[in-house]
Amino acid sequence: MATSQTTPKIIIRGLHKAFGSKVVLDGVDLDIGKAESVVILGGSGSGKSVLLKCVLGIVKPDSGSIKVDGVETVGMKGKERDELLRKFGMLFQGAALFDSLKVWQNVAFGLIQGRGMARAEAKAVALKKLGQVGLGADVAELSPAELSGGMQKRVALARAIAADPEIIFFDEPTTGLDPIMADVINDLIIASVRTLGASALSITHDIASARKIADRVAMLFNGKIHWQGPVAELDRSGNAHVDQFIHGRAEGPIRMQVLRP
Amino acid sequence: MFLISFLGTIGRVFLGFLGATGRLGIFMGAAVSHVFRPPFYPRLLLQQMISIGYFSLPVVGLTALFTGMALALQIFEGSARFNAEGTVAYIVAIGMTRELAPVLGGLMVAGRVGAAMAAELGTMRVTEQIDALTTLSTNPFKYLIAPRLIAGTLMVPFLVLVGDIIGIFGGFTMAVQALDFNAGTYIKNTFDILTNLDIISGLVKAAAFGFIVTLMGCFHGFNSRGGAQGVGAATTNAVVSSSILILSANLIVTQLFFSN
Repeated sequence: MATSQTTPKIIIRGLHKAFGSKVVLDGVDLDIGKAESVVILGGSGSGKSVLLKCVLGIVKPDSGSIKVDGVETVGMKGKERDELLRKFGMLFQGAALFDSLKVWQNVAFGLIQGRGMARAEAKAVALKKLGQVGLGADVAELSPAELSGGMQKRVALARAIAADPEIIFFDEPTTGLDPIMADVINDLIIASVRTLGASALSITHDIASARKIADRVAMLFNGKIHWQGPVAELDRSGNAHVDQFIHGRAEGPIRMQVLRP
Repeated sequence: MFLISFLGTIGRVFLGFLGATGRLGIFMGAAVSHVFRPPFYPRLLLQQMISIGYFSLPVVGLTALFTGMALALQIFEGSARFNAEGTVAYIVAIGMTRELAPVLGGLMVAGRVGAAMAAELGTMRVTEQIDALTTLSTNPFKYLIAPRLIAGTLMVPFLVLVGDIIGIFGGFTMAVQALDFNAGTYIKNTFDILTNLDIISGLVKAAAFGFIVTLMGCFHGFNSRGGAQGVGAATTNAVVSSSILILSANLIVTQLFFSN
């Protein structure tokens, strides 16, 4: 896919975030181009989710800069922030569907509450988006609790793309799914990102998923990006962290905090 | 050494208390400011008013009924010691409207509504539903908290008014059926003694308690952390803190109304 020559969609520079004495992000630099799909690899607790939440403004970074379309977003509030968030869609790790609402109401939520679209119109859009992720109109009337994990992920994907966002975040999109359903989700992610022409930032520790959905891969460890490059170079990165991660070895520069007997 | 660690413990507890108070104050300021700024969600407000007002009626009604009956019995037995049985109607009326209906009603609502709110918002927090709201261009303070605060502040006075009536009726039933009071005299005494201030002070208390219960339910739920255990702790903290705050606010409002 196209790695754009123009200004990147998102530019992150020197991002720091600590919770108390625990440093989670320690100077992250990362660009996401227009219509580019970037995947951040990293182990559990490496600060991947915090990075996404900093960009969204859910978590406030301690220092650093996040520019979206060339505009500084750190410290943005109120209306400005609301406007900014309209560019984003996000697929949460646990789907995060509203369990008090029906499936179609979940998908249409951003359209009705965020943009004031009429309910009937929003429902039509929701049904179309559900169709795009392979779910029929019969599912639309169910409540999220009645769906399997894979179906919930698909509904969450439909919700993330419902308002045709320019940027989509995927937080561990395949975690907790069987390999076949994971691949279905991967295909849907690729299809929906291409259809929208959106920029995508995904975080995952699923190497198969990363290989499939990424244009570019970045390795996050100890709050820093240790390597980044095109997905084709993943296997010859020459970076010990990346090699250890993609081969799933316990021994290497990345030490998991495990008590050994 | 013992003294230093002892003082250190006191200091830490005190600082923790100040920190918590500050966080609650900031949360309250943000919540109240969002109550008055659009967009508003009338459908959600109605839903909360029904959930808090209508569905708490049985709990508050039964509490008031039993309290009114027991109060009549107690006052009768007590006042008989100095031949003042005639005061039963007075004391039931004033006791229920000023004190017992608001306080006991508020505590019951804290158990029913405050706990449910903390559990619901806490679950939404730990399953990232609150973050999801933000990414869908919806402010969680306006969507989740403002309707609950308004509904609590409006509906608990309504519940307490119903509790006043049922409580006085409970006392009346006990007096007339079991203690051989004359029904007409009892009703006349009740209306003679009651003033607007008795009822209004109770309703003002109720509004304050409704605000406290919903605020604490929202605060603890909204800030809950760490899965099922965190949600459990949030629920407990919501009920305990709102109960304590209700009892202390009750003293303050009573003083404001009735001292001198």
